[in-house]
Amino acid sequence: MMSEQFEPVIIGFTCNWCSYRAADMAGTARIKYPPNVRLIRLMCSGRLDPTFVLKALSRGADGVLITGCHPGECHYLEQNYKALRRYRLLKRTIAQLGIEPDRVKLVWASAAEGVQLAREITTFVEEIRELGPLHWPTSMARPQAEQSVVLEEVAA
Amino acid sequence: MSENGKPKFAMYWAASCGGCEIAVLNINEKILDVDANFDVVFWPVAMDAKYKDVEAMPDKSILLTLFNGGIRNEENEHLAKLLRQKSQILVAFGSCATEGCIPGLANFSSKEQIFDAVYEGVSTDNPDHTRPQYNYDMPEGILHIPPFYPQLKTLDQVVDVDYFMPGCPPESHQIAAVVELVIKVLNGEAELPPKGTVIGAGPSTVCDECGRKRNVKTITEFVRIHEIENIDPELCLLEQGILCNGPATRSGCSARCPAVGAACIGCYGPAEGVVDYGARMMSAVASVIDSKDPAEIDAILDGIPDPAGSFYRFSLPHSLLRAGKSAWSNGNS
Repeated sequence: MMSEQFEPVIIGFTCNWCSYRAADMAGTARIKYPPNVRLIRLMCSGRLDPTFVLKALSRGADGVLITGCHPGECHYLEQNYKALRRYRLLKRTIAQLGIEPDRVKLVWASAAEGVQLAREITTFVEEIRELGPLHWPTSMARPQAEQSVVLEEVAA
Repeated sequence: MSENGKPKFAMYWAASCGGCEIAVLNINEKILDVDANFDVVFWPVAMDAKYKDVEAMPDKSILLTLFNGGIRNEENEHLAKLLRQKSQILVAFGSCATEGCIPGLANFSSKEQIFDAVYEGVSTDNPDHTRPQYNYDMPEGILHIPPFYPQLKTLDQVVDVDYFMPGCPPESHQIAAVVELVIKVLNGEAELPPKGTVIGAGPSTVCDECGRKRNVKTITEFVRIHEIENIDPELCLLEQGILCNGPATRSGCSARCPAVGAACIGCYGPAEGVVDYGARMMSAVASVIDSKDPAEIDAILDGIPDPAGSFYRFSLPHSLLRAGKSAWSNGNS
């Protein structure tokens, strides 16, 4: 077990109009990317409340990937800029709490960029692998049952 | 019930400053109603009592206990568990007990860093690097002092809590209203709110109570209050570039600080539905910054020199992350 390579758990937030479709496209085009990332679809990167990122990190994620439409291409006009600003502020805040800011990453991907998104995911997984596990202690404070379910998911 | 037929009341302070006790006394003549309706059995700041007196009381014999302060050491936890056992209604009273408050800022540092600052700070001459010993052999016996925990915990992180009363300290008019309610309940004229309710506060935000004018918030620069010459007395402070925590903070204080030109710092804790206070503040602040350019955004954010301290000033121990990494480094307890 110990000799095995560390497999990071990464939560990825995707936008319904661009990056989620890019991931979908990567799937239909059979472009491979590491299975470490668990994608969650939001309507827009502007929906990304920093709470989601903190919850992911506090519950066992080693990294969080935020994806949205390219600047100027937001389906809701300007909400990706809001995501950008929250992301910059969130990184400063978690750094003060001792979490490497690089554990959270923002990537732009249009619906046509399946290849690019798969590449970004691959890169990010390697970056997190390099940083090592986060193992935030609150992730261990959960009931045993819930924890074993998550461990099974991780092992699967 | 006591011998005099009155229900019993207790108030205790754990890791706190004593401001909550003063706020209780600030209810003025209402304090006489407390005395008229309750038998005060334990209140270390106001009367002499020993822990063994509390230990000797039957379980659930105290009707109402107001517990203020965070759980910083073993003694605090012992008293929290003891008072939980002896009380029917346990209220986390004030910001420290509900969210950790200012003592909770110590959760940014490790125990060692805290001890270094306290026992070898600039004003302390300590060439032998002496630190408190939890057990010390004296001719008379072993001297025991309660061990200091790696992190400060909130009351609900160690015991079951019935009600939460926010504020640093809770506003006196809110305390008076709660006292009045409890007395009404005793007389059968009112019912207690459901368990877990936040009492003595509103459900909304400080902004909702604030009388300042709000337009469209577009901020191009954050300034500190001493850096601007004339603060507009009518306009929203956040719109003037002053970091104000009103958007995330629970109402109930009548927006006293913004009313006199001082930004809200968030002592009433998260508004209804807010999971992580700091996250809500980050969300609010980032939303109103008027820039689309990463470099410019960073320059504007430089105007907030201590984001974690500003957004978690009162709530770090009760946040999703609970403490900085260094405070977790020596054990999870």
